[in-house]
Amino acid sequence: MGKKYETPLLDELKKGAFPSFVTEIEKAAALTGQPEDLASMASDLLGHTELCYKEKVTHWKHGGIVGVRGYGGGVIGRYSDIPAKFPGVAHFHTVRINSPSGFYYEADSLKEICDLWDKYGSGLTNMHGSTGDMVMLGTRTEYLEPFFAEVSSRGWDLGGSGSAMRTPSCCLGMSRCEWANIDTMAITNDITQHYQDEMHRPAFPYKFKFKAAGCPVDCIASIARADMSIIGTWKGDIRIDQAEVKEYSKKMNIQSEVIDMCPTECMSFNGNELLINNSQCNRCMHCLARMPKALRPGTEKGATLLLGSKAPIVTGALMSWVIVPFIKMEPPYKEFYDLIDKIWEWWDENGKNRERIGELIERVSFPKFLKEVGLDPHPAMVKEPRRDPFFFWSEEDLAK
Amino acid sequence: MSAIPDRQTDIGPPHYEKFLHPVIKKNYGKWKYHEIINAGLMVHVSESGDKIYTVRVASPRLIATTTIREYCEVAKKHSDGFLRFTSRNNVEFFATTEEKAKALMADLTSRGYMLGGIGPRISNVVHTQGWVHCHSAATDASGLVKALMDELHEYFTTKELQNRVRLAVACCVNMCGAVHCSDIALVGVHKTPPRIDHENLKNACEIPSTIGACPTSAISPDPSKKSVKIKLEKCMYCGNCYSVCPAMPISDAENDGVAIVVGGKVSNLRSAPKFSRLAVPWIPNEPPRWPKVVAAVKTILNAYIKGAKKHERVGEWVDRIGWESFFKETGLEFKIQHIDDFTFARQTFRTSAAFKWT
Ligand code: HEM
Ligand code: HEM
Ligand code: SF4
Ligand code: SF4
Ligand code: SF4
Ligand code: SF4
Repeated sequence: MGKKYETPLLDELKKGAFPSFVTEIEKAAALTGQPEDLASMASDLLGHTELCYKEKVTHWKHGGIVGVRGYGGGVIGRYSDIPAKFPGVAHFHTVRINSPSGFYYEADSLKEICDLWDKYGSGLTNMHGSTGDMVMLGTRTEYLEPFFAEVSSRGWDLGGSGSAMRTPSCCLGMSRCEWANIDTMAITNDITQHYQDEMHRPAFPYKFKFKAAGCPVDCIASIARADMSIIGTWKGDIRIDQAEVKEYSKKMNIQSEVIDMCPTECMSFNGNELLINNSQCNRCMHCLARMPKALRPGTEKGATLLLGSKAPIVTGALMSWVIVPFIKMEPPYKEFYDLIDKIWEWWDENGKNRERIGELIERVSFPKFLKEVGLDPHPAMVKEPRRDPFFFWSEEDLAK
Repeated sequence: MSAIPDRQTDIGPPHYEKFLHPVIKKNYGKWKYHEIINAGLMVHVSESGDKIYTVRVASPRLIATTTIREYCEVAKKHSDGFLRFTSRNNVEFFATTEEKAKALMADLTSRGYMLGGIGPRISNVVHTQGWVHCHSAATDASGLVKALMDELHEYFTTKELQNRVRLAVACCVNMCGAVHCSDIALVGVHKTPPRIDHENLKNACEIPSTIGACPTSAISPDPSKKSVKIKLEKCMYCGNCYSVCPAMPISDAENDGVAIVVGGKVSNLRSAPKFSRLAVPWIPNEPPRWPKVVAAVKTILNAYIKGAKKHERVGEWVDRIGWESFFKETGLEFKIQHIDDFTFARQTFRTSAAFKWT
């Protein structure tokens, strides 16, 4: 097909070494086998985006409510504000497909999704969106139902959007990482299945995200992006293979690269043997990352639960903080689900519309949250105790 | 069109086990150690002695089904039909021997894919939707990433840094892309308040929720117009009201632009996770290649390369030398906007007389 619009600005972005999104939109525009109204989507997206580049403003409008029958989320409505000029993107809705844990795929089933998206959508995707879903980018309202029927009949489901539990995501954990202390992929899959209703029929004050990382390296950025961060950790001594330490000492300076960079100064190396004062180690992972062959996490494994992170809107960004220092994360995860249910109940009762759990705790106080969901205070929850004496005594605390 | 099959609901995603390479499935939870062979290749060794080689290539995140089919073709040819995506939009293929890995890499290279992203380098850029798909965008995201990575791709493919440098782009302060904890990140910002379309506001918006959306209480009712008014000196252009009420458009071709924040991290290695902090308050949008933004990022990156010790992340380097030195080393101007006046402001004021002259 010939070019529908001149796109001199976007054409500039086809040049250069790094893969180009413009080339991808053009590839989608060249797809054959789509119904006519969908075939024009990607080519009109090029014209539409070129205009945004020229005018330096966005031309998308707010999404209205669109979706599939029986679901409150999973589809994000999107319309152009200049549909007469670019009819192909008059509707340009996103369908979020719940990704499998760890983002692993088998080629034939991925190809099947591609075929369906050519049949019912623009042929454009985000692999993946920031939330972790496979993002099917651009379709019209009337194609939502048939697309959903087809993907669901092949074993796929929609992810979360709106004031709901969002698609949980995780690092690849035990599938390919020697540092994983918990089975992040199994946990994430279990949470997703356990809370299907909370994901598809929004009933929360606002969004709620789970992310699971196998160790404190946190490759999935849970501490910054998840209302509930599940981070694998261990108790007991770091396992040391002294022979491998010696091997490392031949090719790196263990003193300056490991011992001197240990933040708790709990290590020493006499040229022969590496010693760790494990009671002082805060499990920062630095030494394990430097010498993966020689050092391994301890054997009593579990997770630290942290709560509350979010981006800056509305009152400022938060990072998750510790609420449970150590929990065994093993099926059927009963202790974990009991706690989540209590936290959600408390949030539903106390949260304002569009108030994330972290903001709610900030507003009504962390001690109050701990009492009401039944968690005991622990020094791991704070960087330091409070600085001022303005605390509340309740009747029951007076008695203690 | 053929008949539509019966729909199923609440079945969740397919079980991940179906998608695991047999060697990965067999050695699940039994990996012993790994080695990075080069920027695009690493090997994991299991307690059983099995090995899995991982080859990584960049993707532009926004990808056509045509391209996904090509990934699938490569996977079928070299990777026993399996592949995965990383959380930074890279694509990973697997091989069970070094020879197979080499053939896989050769095939990927001949098809024009860019191998890299593993180890102490710049991996792919986490980003959001921008002008390609979002109504809130103050800048584009895909275009900024492309412009940036065209200049920095050698740090993806070959060159090493002191540590990982995570780049991220968010096209507005909603920050869907978690830029608030990245080493160097760009965020689209507005500099002017929303414009109120009183005629449409009446019909399109609910006044109490519009007022409720404002974090600084800048919005109040305007009963005479059955609309709202904005106390301009209180507005900090977050655009939250526009997200709730479309009759308050905020985008502005001349005044929207890009802020640069630096020094964030999420990993717990050595030092605690950190928020990114403001380095440059505003650079105008200059599509398609944003030369001033790209130049500023390179200035910051070069100062890090020059000053940081081995293994230090950007934020750790800045914490060691101090922010006063950061502005000196980068030559970036310290402006009034760098001094915080938002929610957690006083935590950022200096409460010591010990500081560095620059
Ligand atoms: C109506 C307004 C909003 C729209 C249309 C919107 C749209 C989106 C979209 C499309 C994504 C997926 C992005 C992607 O695929 O890369 C996303 C994710 C995200 N949104 Fe929003 N968003 C809105 C409001 C907000 C607000 C108010 C916040 C902050 C409180 C926010 C924070 C985020 C974050 C942090 C993510 C990424 C989550 C993750 O990385 O897991 N968004 N949003
Ligand atoms: C050398 C051993 C390491 C391996 C094998 C490794 C592996 C990975 C993998 C596979 C991912 C993608 C995760 C996913 O898509 O689920 C990732 C991401 C990430 N890695 Fe690592 N990692 C290593 C070390 C580190 C270190 C030392 C740091 C920090 C200093 C780090 C920081 C990150 C971060 C922040 C991510 C976040 C996800 C993202 O990049 O957005 N990793 N890593
Ligand atoms: S978070 Fe830890 S366990 Fe998970 S992939 Fe990263 S290093 Fe491995
Ligand atoms: S994990 Fe961190 S704190 Fe613990 S011994 Fe290693 S470097 Fe030190
Ligand atoms: S960061 Fe803002 S503009 Fe970008 S996708 Fe998210 S809400 Fe839209
Ligand atoms: S842009 Fe933000 S601060 Fe300004 S009026 Fe709207 S909600 Fe309030």
